[in-house]
Amino acid sequence: MFDAIDQPRAQDGRAPDVFRPGAWVQMRCYDDSEQVDFAIVGTGAGGGTLAAKLAEAGFSVVAFDAGPFWRPLEDFASDEAAQGDLYWTDERISGGADPIQLGSNNSGRGVGGSTVHYTMIALRWRPDWFKSRSKLGYGRDWPLSFEELEPYYEEAEESLKISGPVRYPWGKRRKRYPYREHPVNASGLVLARGCERIGIDWSPLPLATLSAPRGMAHPCVYRGFCKYGCSTNAKQSVLVTFVPRAIAAGAEIRDLAMVGRIEMGKDGRATGVSYNRRGKWRQQKARHVVVAGYAIETPRLLLNSACPEFPDGLANDNGLVGTHLMTHSGPGVWGVLDEEIRSYKAPPCMAGTEHWNYSDEGKDFHGGYAFMSQGPLPTDWAQTLAARGLWGAALRQEMTRYNHTAGLVLVGETEPQAHNRVELADEKDQYGLRIPRVTFSYSENDRRLIEHGRKSMHQVLAAGGAHQLWDTHDTSHLMGGCRMGDDPKDSVVDADGRTWAIPNLWVCDGSLFPNSGGVNPSLTIQALACRIGDRIAEMAKRGELDR
Amino acid sequence: MSGFKTPYPDYDVLKKWDTPSWNEQTRAVIKRRLDEIPERRFLSEDEWTLLEAIAARLMPQPEREAPVPIVPWIDEKLAEDRRPGYRYVGMPPMREAWRQGLAGIAGEARERHGTDFRDLEPDAQDALLGAVQRGEIDGRQWGDLPADRFFSELLLKEIVAVYYSHPAAWSEIGFGGPASPRGYVRLGLDERDPWEAEEQHV
Ligand SMILES: Cc1cc2nc3c(=O)[nH]c(=O)nc-3n(C[C@H](O)[C@H](O)[C@H](O)COP(=O)(O)OP(=O)(O)OC[C@H]3O[C@@H](n4cnc5c(N)ncnc54)[C@H](O)[C@@H]3O)c2cc1C
Ligand code: SF4
Repeated sequence: MFDAIDQPRAQDGRAPDVFRPGAWVQMRCYDDSEQVDFAIVGTGAGGGTLAAKLAEAGFSVVAFDAGPFWRPLEDFASDEAAQGDLYWTDERISGGADPIQLGSNNSGRGVGGSTVHYTMIALRWRPDWFKSRSKLGYGRDWPLSFEELEPYYEEAEESLKISGPVRYPWGKRRKRYPYREHPVNASGLVLARGCERIGIDWSPLPLATLSAPRGMAHPCVYRGFCKYGCSTNAKQSVLVTFVPRAIAAGAEIRDLAMVGRIEMGKDGRATGVSYNRRGKWRQQKARHVVVAGYAIETPRLLLNSACPEFPDGLANDNGLVGTHLMTHSGPGVWGVLDEEIRSYKAPPCMAGTEHWNYSDEGKDFHGGYAFMSQGPLPTDWAQTLAARGLWGAALRQEMTRYNHTAGLVLVGETEPQAHNRVELADEKDQYGLRIPRVTFSYSENDRRLIEHGRKSMHQVLAAGGAHQLWDTHDTSHLMGGCRMGDDPKDSVVDADGRTWAIPNLWVCDGSLFPNSGGVNPSLTIQALACRIGDRIAEMAKRGELDR
Repeated sequence: MSGFKTPYPDYDVLKKWDTPSWNEQTRAVIKRRLDEIPERRFLSEDEWTLLEAIAARLMPQPEREAPVPIVPWIDEKLAEDRRPGYRYVGMPPMREAWRQGLAGIAGEARERHGTDFRDLEPDAQDALLGAVQRGEIDGRQWGDLPADRFFSELLLKEIVAVYYSHPAAWSEIGFGGPASPRGYVRLGLDERDPWEAEEQHV
């Protein structure tokens, strides 16, 4: 595991074969001075997916990631503490009235990005959310409709062989999921029982982990360490899906390569990127640059790339870069059951309800939420109890009820607000780059939504058979910071992810989102990446790419 | 605390060491955790003993002849400056926060009781830690460090994380422990695979 952090693995014409211990696959490598078609910063849900799409469309691609290139079968121990290197742990400052916990809570680092440790819930957006302002009266419209993204949802689901139920109760009618659903574990069954008793729908969640073998990848063995890296390759992370595809199609992946700056030419176009690999700064020339570092690092890189022509940072003429950052509110409700739950088994979130995403009746707030069953492992759980204020003998005794505990956590929509944002602090990181300062505060509407969600979860969990209920508060996914839109005055990029200000600079990751919806974001990020890949290929065919 | 009871008195997760629930990379990691306890590198001797006294209250293990080591792993993390990836506005970087926070508790004990924290009675230690947790402290000892944040975000969080990373802790709560490649088969309510802990109903 440790050599992956010290030494780049993808170089000299080869990259790790993630499916065979000790083996390598051939990888095309480019010279720094060779002008490639696309330099992509970040290889996660957005960047890794796009790298495959562009390479398969025939473009020359180099995709950079600041983190390592893991070999899941060999590197990933079944242990919480040992897997800390999966996260982005460079210093960041978090403030505002409701400061967000960063690091392992929402930020990955490494080839495959945060999908290497995500919990694989693969849900589509409620169709109305793409036009939430015009149809639902709040938030912002996307420059895209659900119908435009629908085929790409399907493409992303097919690429990840999502295992899901025969009929998912919410959203537009859809075709069957590619793989059959997983059996629901005990903590999911508590949610199911609760929902049935109060008379609302629930569903086994569609998950990006295999319910049957796929090529060299094994099906899920329900070991439950998903948040700490999947050692069987059942999890369809970008590392074992789009990244191998990208390499096979001729893309180069550069691991342990931190991009510090986008280089600009006198003509107002990007010329490539400066990146640090093995302690040396180097420059890669490229016709186009795509930033895909997620909702904090993407704005940070655009701001850190300020130059005389763009003194406030790239694509930031209207001052919007870094603004309208969103998270999902994540209040939790937990309780004790007479039955044994043992929620360490199987993926942490196996069942959920989107009832309050699709039913707006009786709400005293705008927006929606889902909630899911949970499966915390021991240190995670102990820290949750500690956050509740327990310590000493009380905490140690409470921990012995671990196997009888179940809980629900919300994925609650938050409003896009200008003052929730990423800025640069004066402090610098190990590369000499200014670190990000993140500011976040809930709105009044966000708070009403959280309260409503709490009440719903209390109802469901109690009906599910839990007693002695108590509450936690947390946040999860990040979104926004470089939002897409129809109008150059109030967005950073257009519907294709192209920045309004710089025609050969693009964004392709979670920072594109104009609103946050009430479900986990990565399937939508990957659908957007698939679409942006196709759009770029079409534009190239029509001669519109190099405008 | 002598009253601590586990529902899994006969379960030892380490007995699975040579079974299909453990793989090579996991054995390597846990072997190190059991056998290679790091030497002091970052904390001063005084800080180290103070932290041991604090850990003994926040994560008491009176029934164990050889308690699960906690301070060595926190010291290692500090020595290697392995940070959590963020700090809240008003908090100094991780290492400084620990230095300042420990000095705060030491100063608080001297101020209130005229003696070292480690020489206080357990009840007095608990009362003092409770006050720190609630932020009811004498500001002078702490500089600009928010004591309650230090307590909950660093001190307590790290101590419990180290303790529950140890196989002895997994055994006492009935956690299945490492589970690759075998994983689990029986997932439902009140279902248990033969290689999971059996609960003793008392
Ligand atoms: C614990 C956890 C569970 C989650 N569960 C789910 C879930 O069940 N379902 C779901 O939909 N979502 C889930 N998510 C969220 C999901 O993982 C992210 O929303 C998604 O991966 C974001 O995609 P992205 O492409 O924007 O960024 P990422 O996937 O994070 O990729 C960004 C990559 O860019 C790299 N990078 C950043 N800056 C630079 C730079 N300057 N130079 C080089 N490289 C750089 C980073 O190292 C990283 O690898 C979860 C997240 C976490 C943390
Ligand atoms: S539970 Fe399944 S997806 Fe999760 S880590 Fe284990 S094998 Fe991988």
